[in-house]
Amino acid sequence: MKLLGKYIRKYAKESILAPVFKMLEALFELLIPVIVARIIDTDIGLGGSAVIKDVILMIVLGLVGFVSAVSAQYFAAKSAACTGADIRSDLFRHINTLSYKEIDSVGTSVLITRMTSDVNQLQNAVNMFLRLFLRAPIIVIGSTAAACIIGKKTNLLFGITVPGLFALVFLILALSMPLNSKVQQVLEKITLSVKENISGARVIRAFGRQNAEAKEFRERSGELYKRQLAFGAVSGLLNPFAYAVINLAIVGIIYIGGGEVYEGVLTRGTVVALVNYMSQILLELIKLANLIIIESRGLASLKRINELFEIKNSLADGDQEICPEEPAAVCFDRVSFSYGENAAPAVSDVSFSILPGQTVGLIGNTGSGKTTLVNLLLRNYEAGEGSITVDGIPVKKIRRSVLQSAAAVVPQKAALFSGTLRANLSMGREISDEEAWQALSTAQAKGFVEEKGEGLGLRIEEGGSNLSGGQKQRLTIARALVRNSGLLILDDSSSALDFATEAALRKALKEDPKDRTTIIISQRISSIKDADKIIVMDGGKTAGIGTHSELLSGCPVYREIYETQEGTNG
Amino acid sequence: MDKKKPSTLRRLLSYLKPQAFFVVLSFVLSAASVGLTLAIPVLIGRAVDFIIGPENVDFAAITAIVIKMAAVIAATAVCQWCGNLINNSISMGTARRLRTEVVEHLHRLPISYLDRHPHGDILSRAVTDIEQISDGLLLGSTQLFSGVLTILVTLVLMLLADPLITLIVVALTPVSFLVARYVAKNSRKMFEEQAKARGKLTAYTEERISNIKLVGVFGSQDEVCAGHDRINEELRGFSLRATFYSSLVNPSTRLIHAAIYAAVAAFGGFAVMGARMSVGMLVTFLGYTNQYSKPFNEITGVITEFQNAMAGAERVFELLDEKPESDEGKIGEMEEKCRSIGFDHVNFSYDPEKPLIRDFNVCIPAGKKAAIVGPTGCGKTTMINLIMRFYDADSGKICLDDVPVDDLKRTELRNQFAMVLQDTWLKTDTIRNNIAYGRPDASFEEIEKAAKEAAADDFIRKLPDGYDTVITDDGSISAGERQLICIARVMLDPPQMLILDEATSSIDSLTEQRITNDFDKIMQGRTSLIVAHRLSTIKSADVIIAMKDGQIIEKGTHRELLEKGGFYADLFNSQYNVG
Repeated sequence: MKLLGKYIRKYAKESILAPVFKMLEALFELLIPVIVARIIDTDIGLGGSAVIKDVILMIVLGLVGFVSAVSAQYFAAKSAACTGADIRSDLFRHINTLSYKEIDSVGTSVLITRMTSDVNQLQNAVNMFLRLFLRAPIIVIGSTAAACIIGKKTNLLFGITVPGLFALVFLILALSMPLNSKVQQVLEKITLSVKENISGARVIRAFGRQNAEAKEFRERSGELYKRQLAFGAVSGLLNPFAYAVINLAIVGIIYIGGGEVYEGVLTRGTVVALVNYMSQILLELIKLANLIIIESRGLASLKRINELFEIKNSLADGDQEICPEEPAAVCFDRVSFSYGENAAPAVSDVSFSILPGQTVGLIGNTGSGKTTLVNLLLRNYEAGEGSITVDGIPVKKIRRSVLQSAAAVVPQKAALFSGTLRANLSMGREISDEEAWQALSTAQAKGFVEEKGEGLGLRIEEGGSNLSGGQKQRLTIARALVRNSGLLILDDSSSALDFATEAALRKALKEDPKDRTTIIISQRISSIKDADKIIVMDGGKTAGIGTHSELLSGCPVYREIYETQEGTNG
Repeated sequence: MDKKKPSTLRRLLSYLKPQAFFVVLSFVLSAASVGLTLAIPVLIGRAVDFIIGPENVDFAAITAIVIKMAAVIAATAVCQWCGNLINNSISMGTARRLRTEVVEHLHRLPISYLDRHPHGDILSRAVTDIEQISDGLLLGSTQLFSGVLTILVTLVLMLLADPLITLIVVALTPVSFLVARYVAKNSRKMFEEQAKARGKLTAYTEERISNIKLVGVFGSQDEVCAGHDRINEELRGFSLRATFYSSLVNPSTRLIHAAIYAAVAAFGGFAVMGARMSVGMLVTFLGYTNQYSKPFNEITGVITEFQNAMAGAERVFELLDEKPESDEGKIGEMEEKCRSIGFDHVNFSYDPEKPLIRDFNVCIPAGKKAAIVGPTGCGKTTMINLIMRFYDADSGKICLDDVPVDDLKRTELRNQFAMVLQDTWLKTDTIRNNIAYGRPDASFEEIEKAAKEAAADDFIRKLPDGYDTVITDDGSISAGERQLICIARVMLDPPQMLILDEATSSIDSLTEQRITNDFDKIMQGRTSLIVAHRLSTIKSADVIIAMKDGQIIEKGTHRELLEKGGFYADLFNSQYNVG
C-alpha cells in the first residue's frame, strides 16, 4: 500500500478529482427517488405542468450526472494508466540492478510475469477503485441516509438490512476467494499436465505409460471439477441471498410504511421512494462485490510487486577504479563458493594468477566449475571464501560499472537481441563503423555480414532466429571485441564453429594488435592447447595448472580428456 | 460450412444428453425464477394501490400481499441458487469430460500428428477452448434463456398494462443499445492500439529479462531501460485512451436510461391524472423499466461468448476426429529377450513428394551393438521412428527375429525397448520419480544405483534438495544434466534392447566417456542401436552403418571403415584431424 501511495501521489489531482466527480454523479442519482415521490404525492394533484417540470429536472440531473461521470472516468483512467506506466518503468529499472543470486532465486519467468500481468492487474484495480470505491458506498450510505430522513419506523429496517448485507457480502467473498485461488492452482496444474502429455508423447509411449498418464490426468480433471463446483456453490450464494434480503426488506417497508401512511406520518410517494432506495442499494452492493474481487486481485499483485521491489542487490557496490582498457592482472586466492546453503560447493579452494596480456585456457567437464569461476571474477556472485583481485584490487571494492567495462564476455549461450547488428554490437555505447568492422573481421563474421549486403544495419530477429548458430556465436564474439576491454573471456564460445573457422579465429585473436588478457573456457583441447597457461578443473577443484606439455605429463585428468578427444587419431 | 455448424452444435448437445434431466430442470428453474422475479414489481404496485393516505390503508389486503411477496422472494432465491448449482455442474462436467477425452485421445493419436501440429495449438484446444466451451454453456444456460424470457414476459406484462408507455420504452431502449455499440466501436480501435503496444512491451520485456544476465555483463542497463521507457510511454498514452473511451459505455447508457425513466414517469403521471392508470401501476412500470434494459446488454455479451464457445467446440471436435494410431497387431505378449532387428525392402517418406528411405535392407544381429552415423537428415532418427512404430513404413517389413513389428501390439513392441532421445523430456516431478518413471515402485537404492551408473549422482547431490528436487523448466538443471537423468531412467531397468538417439549430445567428453563405459557394460548381450554425432563414442560398435540421403553407404567396424578410407573415414577425420 505504501508503495502504491508513492506512485498515486504523483497524480494526486486526478486521483482526488475522479472519486469526487463520481460522488457528484451518485448524489444526483440519489435525488431521483425523491422526485418520483413528489410526482406521485403532489404533482399529479397539481396538474400537467408540475409533472413536466419535475420530469425535466430528472433529465437535467441525468445530464449533469453524465458530465460528472465522464470527467471521473477520464481522471481515473489517467491516474491508473500513469501509475501503471511509472511502476512498470521503475520495476524494470529495479530488476536490472539485481545480482545473479537474486535473479536465480526469483527466476526470470516470474520476473516477466511481475512486469506484465501483475502490473496490468494493478493498473486495472487502481482504475476501478478510483471509479467505484466512492460511488458504491455513497449510493448505499446516501440511500440509507435519505431513507432515514424520509422515514421514521422504517429507519430501523434500513439500519439492520444495510450492515447485515455488507456482512453477508464480505462473508461470502471471504469464503469464496480462497476457493477460487484453489481452482486457479489446479487449472495451472492441468495446463502443465496437457503440455507434458504432448511434448513427452514419445517417451510416454516408449515406457508404455499412456494409461498411467491418462489416469493421472483424469484425477486432476476430477479435482478441478470438484473445486469448481465448491467455488460455484459458495459464490453462487451471493446473488440469491442479497436479492432475498433486499426484497424482504422491501416487504418490510411496505408493511411498516403502510402503517405510517395510515397514521399520516408518511405519504404514498415516500413509501415508493423508500422502496426505490432499497432497490438501488441492491444494485450497488453487487457492483461492490465485483469491485472487491478486482481489488483483492490487485492487492495480491501489488503485494507481489512490492516483494520484488524489496529484493535488493545483496552485493554492495565498490568505489575503487581500475583502468578498463589496460590488460588486466587476475588473481584467485583460495576461492570457494556454493550456490545454495545446503548445496555442495561448486568450486573449492581455487588459486591461480594471470599476468597482464596472458592467454589462459580453462578446461574441465560439465559442472566442474569453469563458468562459476568467471561469474565470481565478474562478481555476478560473491565468493564465499578467499579473495579475487583484478589489478591487485579485490573485485568487491571495484565499482561495478568499471568492472563490467573492464571485462568483455562471450557467454555460452549465443544470445542476440532483436534490432540492428549495430545496436547488438554497441549495446548502447558509441562505436565507430571502423571499430565495428574491425571486430567483425577478427571474429570471422565480416564475410557473412557482407554477404547479406545490409552492412551494420542488418536486422536481427528476436533471439537471432534469422542467423545460424555459428553466425550468432561469431557476432557475440565481435560484440565482446568491440568493447576494447583489457580482459576478454570466451566461455565455450566456439562450440558451434567448425574446426577451420575456430582455427582462423584463434589466429586472428593472436594477431590482433590490441593488448589484452584472454581467458578461454572450452571442452576442446584443441581450443586451448596453445595458451600460455592452462587451468584444469575437476569437480570444483583445480586438478592442474601449466602448459599443454606440462599437463600432458603431469596431470592425469588433462591426459584423460586429451585421450578421449585426440587419442582416436590412429 | 452450413452443414458443419449445426453438427457442431448438435454434437456439443449430445454431451449434455446424459445430463438431460438436469438440463430440463435447469430450464424449469430458470423460467420459474424469471416469472417470480417479475411478479415482485406487480405485487409492490398492488400494495402501493392499497396505501392511499392517512386513515386510508387496507391492512388486510396488504398483509395478504406481503405474505405472498415473502413466499415469492424465498422461492426465487432458492430457484436461483439451485439453478446456478445445476448449471455449474452441467458446464463444468461437460468440460471435464471433453478434457479427459482430449488427453486420452492424444495418447492414441499417431506421433506424426503431434510432430506436425504446433504444440501450443494443441494445448490451447485442450485448455483454452474447452474453458471457452464451459463458459459459453454456463452463460448460455443461465443468461440467454432467462434474458430472452425476461424481455418477452416484461413486454407482455407492460403491453397488458399500458400499450402507449410500452411503446415508448420499446422505442427508446434500442437507443441505449446503439450508443453502447457506437462507443464500443470507437474504443475498440484504442484497445487494438493498446494491445499492440502491450504486445511490443511484453516482447521487449521478455527478451531483455530472459537475457538479463547478459545485460548485466555488458553494463548496458541504462540503454535497455531507456528502450523500455520508450515503448512504455507509447503504452501509457494508448492505455489511457482505451480505458477512458471504454469507460464511457456505462455513463452513456445510464443517461439514456435516465431519459427513458423520466419519460415513463411523465407519461405515467399523465396517465394517472387521466385515471387511465393507478399509482401502483406506475410504480410497477418504473420497476419494469429498470429491469427491461438489463437483459439487452447481457444478451449481446452472451451471444459473443456463445459464438466463441462454438468456435472452440469446432476446434476441439476437430482434434477428437483425428484418426487414432491403428493397432491391428495381434500379439499382445512376447517374451523379453534380445532379438535381431531386420529391415527388409523398407520404403518410407514423411512427405510423398520427397522419398526418404528407399529399399532399405539391413540386419542388426541379436546381442550386437550397432551404430548409425551420417549427416543431419540422412534418416538416422527415421530408422528409430520406424522400429518403434512411431511412424509406419510405407512398404517392406521390419522384423524382430522373425516377427514382423506390425504383428505386435504397439505397446508390446515398445515394451521390448529402452530408449534415450536427444530431446530430454522429463516430468515436472522430483528427480527420484523421474528416474523411476518406467517402474514407479523402484526402491531408493535402485534409483540411486541407476543415477550412479548414469554419472548423475554427483550433480544431483549438489542440488539443494538432492533427489527430491522438483524438475522445472526454468533452467536450474542444464541440458547435459537433464540428459543424465534420462539415461538414469533407462539404467534403472534396461530391457534386452536399447536405442540411444544422440543420447549424450549435451554432455562433455569426459562424462560421456564414463557413461559410454557404463553403457558398454549394459549392452553386453543386448541388442543396441546408437545414433551419435560425436564419433568417439561409437568406435567400439560391432557394426557401424554410415548413411546418406536415406541410403546405406558403408557398413563395417570402425577399423575396417577407416582402412577403407571412404565416407566414414572422411567424416571421422573432419571431426578430429583439423586444427
